[in-house]
Amino acid sequence: MARPIDFSPPFGAIDAVGAPTDGPDERIDVGVLIVGAGPGGLACAIRLGQLLEEHPEVRERLGDVPIAVLEKGKQAGSHLLSGAIVNPSPLRELFKGRLRTADLPTYGEVPGEAVYVLTRRSALRIPAPPTMRNHGNVILSVSELGRFLAEQAEAVGAVVLPETAATKLLVQHGRVVGARTGDRGRGRAGEPLPTFEAGNDVVADLTVLAEGTQGYLTAAAIDQFGLHGENPQIWALGVKEVWRVRKPLRRIVHTMGWPLRTSAGFGEFGGSFIYPMGDELVTVGFVAGLEATDVEFSVHDVLQEFKTHRLVWKILGGGERVAWGAKTITEGGYHSFPRKFNAPGLMLVGEGAGLVNVPRLKGVHYAIESGRLAAEAAFRALQRGEVVSRIGALDTYDESLRASPMWKQLYEVRNMRQAFDKGFFMGGALASAMTVTKGRAPNGRFPTHPNAAAPLRKSGRASRYPAPDGSYIFDKLSSVFASGNRTRDDQPSHLKVRTTVRRPVAEAWQWMCPAHVYEVGRDVGDGMVTVEITPSNCVQCGAITAKGGRLTPPEGGSGPEYTLT
Amino acid sequence: MKIAVCVKQVPDATVHKRIDPATKRLDRSGEAALNPTDLNAVEEALRIKEAQGGEVVLVSLGPEKALDSLRKALAMGADRAVLVSDEAAAGSDLLGTAQALAGALERESADLVLFGQSSGDSDGAVLWAAVADRLRRPVISQVASLTAEADSVTGKRQTEHGYDVIRAPLPAIVAVSDAINEPRYPSLKGIMGAKSKAQETLALADVGVDTSAAGEAGSRTTVLELAPPPSRGDQVKIEDDGSAAQKVLDIVVERKLL
Amino acid sequence: MKSLVYLEHYHGELEKGGLGVLGKAASLGDAAGVVLGEGAAEVAAAAGAFGAAKVYACDAPELATPLPQARVDALATLVEQSSPDAVLFGASVLSADVASGLAARLGAGLNWDLTDLAERDGELVGTRPALGDTVIVEVGWTAGPRLGLIRSGALDPVESGGTAEVETFETSFSDFSTLATLVEQTQEESSGPSIEDADIIVAGGRGLGSPEGFTMLEELAAALGGAVGATRAVVDAGWYPYSTQVGQTGKTVSPKLYIACGISGAIQHKVGMQGSGTIVAINKDPNAPIFDFCDVGVVGDLHQVVPKLTELVRARA
Repeated sequence: MARPIDFSPPFGAIDAVGAPTDGPDERIDVGVLIVGAGPGGLACAIRLGQLLEEHPEVRERLGDVPIAVLEKGKQAGSHLLSGAIVNPSPLRELFKGRLRTADLPTYGEVPGEAVYVLTRRSALRIPAPPTMRNHGNVILSVSELGRFLAEQAEAVGAVVLPETAATKLLVQHGRVVGARTGDRGRGRAGEPLPTFEAGNDVVADLTVLAEGTQGYLTAAAIDQFGLHGENPQIWALGVKEVWRVRKPLRRIVHTMGWPLRTSAGFGEFGGSFIYPMGDELVTVGFVAGLEATDVEFSVHDVLQEFKTHRLVWKILGGGERVAWGAKTITEGGYHSFPRKFNAPGLMLVGEGAGLVNVPRLKGVHYAIESGRLAAEAAFRALQRGEVVSRIGALDTYDESLRASPMWKQLYEVRNMRQAFDKGFFMGGALASAMTVTKGRAPNGRFPTHPNAAAPLRKSGRASRYPAPDGSYIFDKLSSVFASGNRTRDDQPSHLKVRTTVRRPVAEAWQWMCPAHVYEVGRDVGDGMVTVEITPSNCVQCGAITAKGGRLTPPEGGSGPEYTLT
Repeated sequence: MKIAVCVKQVPDATVHKRIDPATKRLDRSGEAALNPTDLNAVEEALRIKEAQGGEVVLVSLGPEKALDSLRKALAMGADRAVLVSDEAAAGSDLLGTAQALAGALERESADLVLFGQSSGDSDGAVLWAAVADRLRRPVISQVASLTAEADSVTGKRQTEHGYDVIRAPLPAIVAVSDAINEPRYPSLKGIMGAKSKAQETLALADVGVDTSAAGEAGSRTTVLELAPPPSRGDQVKIEDDGSAAQKVLDIVVERKLL
Repeated sequence: MKSLVYLEHYHGELEKGGLGVLGKAASLGDAAGVVLGEGAAEVAAAAGAFGAAKVYACDAPELATPLPQARVDALATLVEQSSPDAVLFGASVLSADVASGLAARLGAGLNWDLTDLAERDGELVGTRPALGDTVIVEVGWTAGPRLGLIRSGALDPVESGGTAEVETFETSFSDFSTLATLVEQTQEESSGPSIEDADIIVAGGRGLGSPEGFTMLEELAAALGGAVGATRAVVDAGWYPYSTQVGQTGKTVSPKLYIACGISGAIQHKVGMQGSGTIVAINKDPNAPIFDFCDVGVVGDLHQVVPKLTELVRARA
């Protein structure tokens, strides 16, 4: 049986680790380097900036650029996508005494909520499971939050550098000493164009990786320092749209069941979310695990199918789609955490380190909290005059993570996601047991299986997808357009995949990818086909990395330009 | 040589460009970048500076937040930025804009003023000729290749009939087309250094413009109405049975397209 | 409404763009033309056949070269003498600069990229597309003289017969108007227009099947006097040069006629050509998105239809 994992690409984590090579003229020296201008990275930059403002003597030791944040998107927020319902406490904590809640870019507190189990024709309302109660939480767009946090970070002295990809982790004498930025201005075959601008070694005393899902340098670092967790990491893919609606939605909605198929063999785990964003906008998204076995399983098309349900039509009908996007979500949870969240000269923050609570659909506030804790641990070490690259200098970061409420919450749900390997109903029963006992039972560690190891089969999934009409149901290409993606066509491909594979694998990639990057090419005999790749469509969701390929950072500034997601 | 580059912030060319039905003007609340051809103008200015020495100053008319998009041009290597920012200037027509820019440019006394020649669709198209008239200096537009000497510039441009090569003594105004060069990527050091470069904000009064002449109030043109484009009319569907080519030709001839 | 229409001439003939504007102006009131430069008086009379009751001409040596600023001087003088309500231009590389310079000189309002003019409640009103031709905006003026720059090719000349009185006039020139000089002028015998300038474009996509399909399109384009365009997919595959790419990451074109062969019509391509006057699509897949927005949709084998069309076009010539 064909499995994507059998076609792992020519890539090793070691491709992304190396010693600095720049001379003193090209090299850029900063104090603390943060990779990723998402909620985690920016919270770290903000907290550290605050502390350095209060302690100029420590700030002085970090040189001319005490804090630098690298962001591969066009600006902070361009690559951020989530639901999102966020616990506001870590944001309030971060801005304590400086900003009020009303200053934060939210759409207000959750007004009310409903959870449904769907069948094709009906919607059965169920009481919200304890993991899904959101009273007191706020609705926001993580892309808007990113833009806001970037301004706040610059206000406390951090330098945010957009359109700058980090392509190599710089390691010397067993310590992380920074990151190298990507080249810009190369042609299709890698040849330098007239506008060629080489990347730089950005050398730092301390490097914080806050890359989010499928963190490129994070994966390299985990490999380099032997930080693998107990379970392999697994991911889900989320695809969402933002709609301008005719009438306001006054509650948040979560659904389970249809259109996903409940039997364990299909591996279809997930559900939907529908959240109001003020009175005029509504965001609707569908999330499904990437271990789905049908080659025709496509989260984008499942989202379109979902929209045909009467429940959704009543909310979106007559409205206008204004945004679309896709991104993977880290699902392995507690047992997939790295062994440690720090290494010499390095800290791992946020979703890149696996800090996501899948049953609660929460990760943004964990990213902010871990970013804040990382900043405080770094500051303590700097203040003590520590050499932060000494082994153990940053262990207080790990300690503060373990002591935090988020750790306890993640421990309680440590097996919940894996339980759904057994299908919707069995999984549901196990999940209920875990909830009621607050994670004490069933005990032990439920394993995860790499998404790419799931065998592929055909069960006619595509026949259920609705045909695009351009106004309510959309095809992938016009959705890529709606994401603002205008990636330069003639740059080298940033996707490492085998280009000759078993047919089912190529078909699975073609359906899986929400941006229509992969297409089945021609037959080359022996059940093998070529794979046609259009890298400029890529919205960098990361699904291919979970399914036997590898997404690497393209030229800085490429990819989607999310503003509302 | 002192080179001033007039640049304009425009909404980023994403899908969500829309005209605000309330003000009937382009909704500029989305993120803004520099007009792409302005980057060609900045690049050309930087090349001249690299060859001959001098200074490159960015001049722009816009809201306060326009300073953000000027940073990219500073990161490419421009030395300074001057922003004319005044509430009274919002909604300025061609003349109001030309007056404000000309005022700022007079203050700078640049040897060469560059514009990026944007497409007809956007605002600010044809601006340079109006600015040149106010400054009473020669203008060359649509330049695809530019040579700068100590006291003159020579530009080559394509017209409907072929090429013109035009020379003008300095000070002169030149509008460049996007065919002139490939703008460089800003280096990381450039991006980091941009913020510390001088950025000056001026009010209309500082550039000698009477506020009553500027902005929406002073505008000599007005937007009356917005409408969706007329529908394309009935579509002709043809299933080819060998006669499709003839039918297409007949339609094309009938519509006087040949 | 009394209008003055700026007319350009080339090699002894008046240019179409200005004549088209003249026809529209004549339909809205009294229209006078103005011709400047060498041989102006000689060509001016021909404007009578296209709607001008009177044509002003000036052939001062300062106006001999195709540069804008001396023309601004001449028009400013004429406007002062004849006080038109409106001064109108058919857009060209030169006329756009003249219109803009004149607006600054007169302190007048200029609306550009207009596709039409009309009278509404006694006032002149212009129409222009915006946002990549996805919205139509109606614009007006708050005071005279009203300057309008009409998009190239938007208005067709109407030959109404008739003669015009030609009146020559004189003008002085500002000191800075003649500082720019024409060093060299070349005429291009082009091998066909570039896609940005072409009135007709024949474009190919993956449906062509192979790079050889472009030879067929080149023949049709040559027969039609147009240019060849391509989609991103085939340019990526190396079938045709990047300079011909039409679409979101290529060029935006708006020819009068766009013939899309083997092109599915995904939105990334559509935004590059949706402003075209007439879109003809030839594709064997009846469900291709291009059939949703084209004017003439041919479901068929392009390898049959295109050569046949080429043959018919050649036969007609």
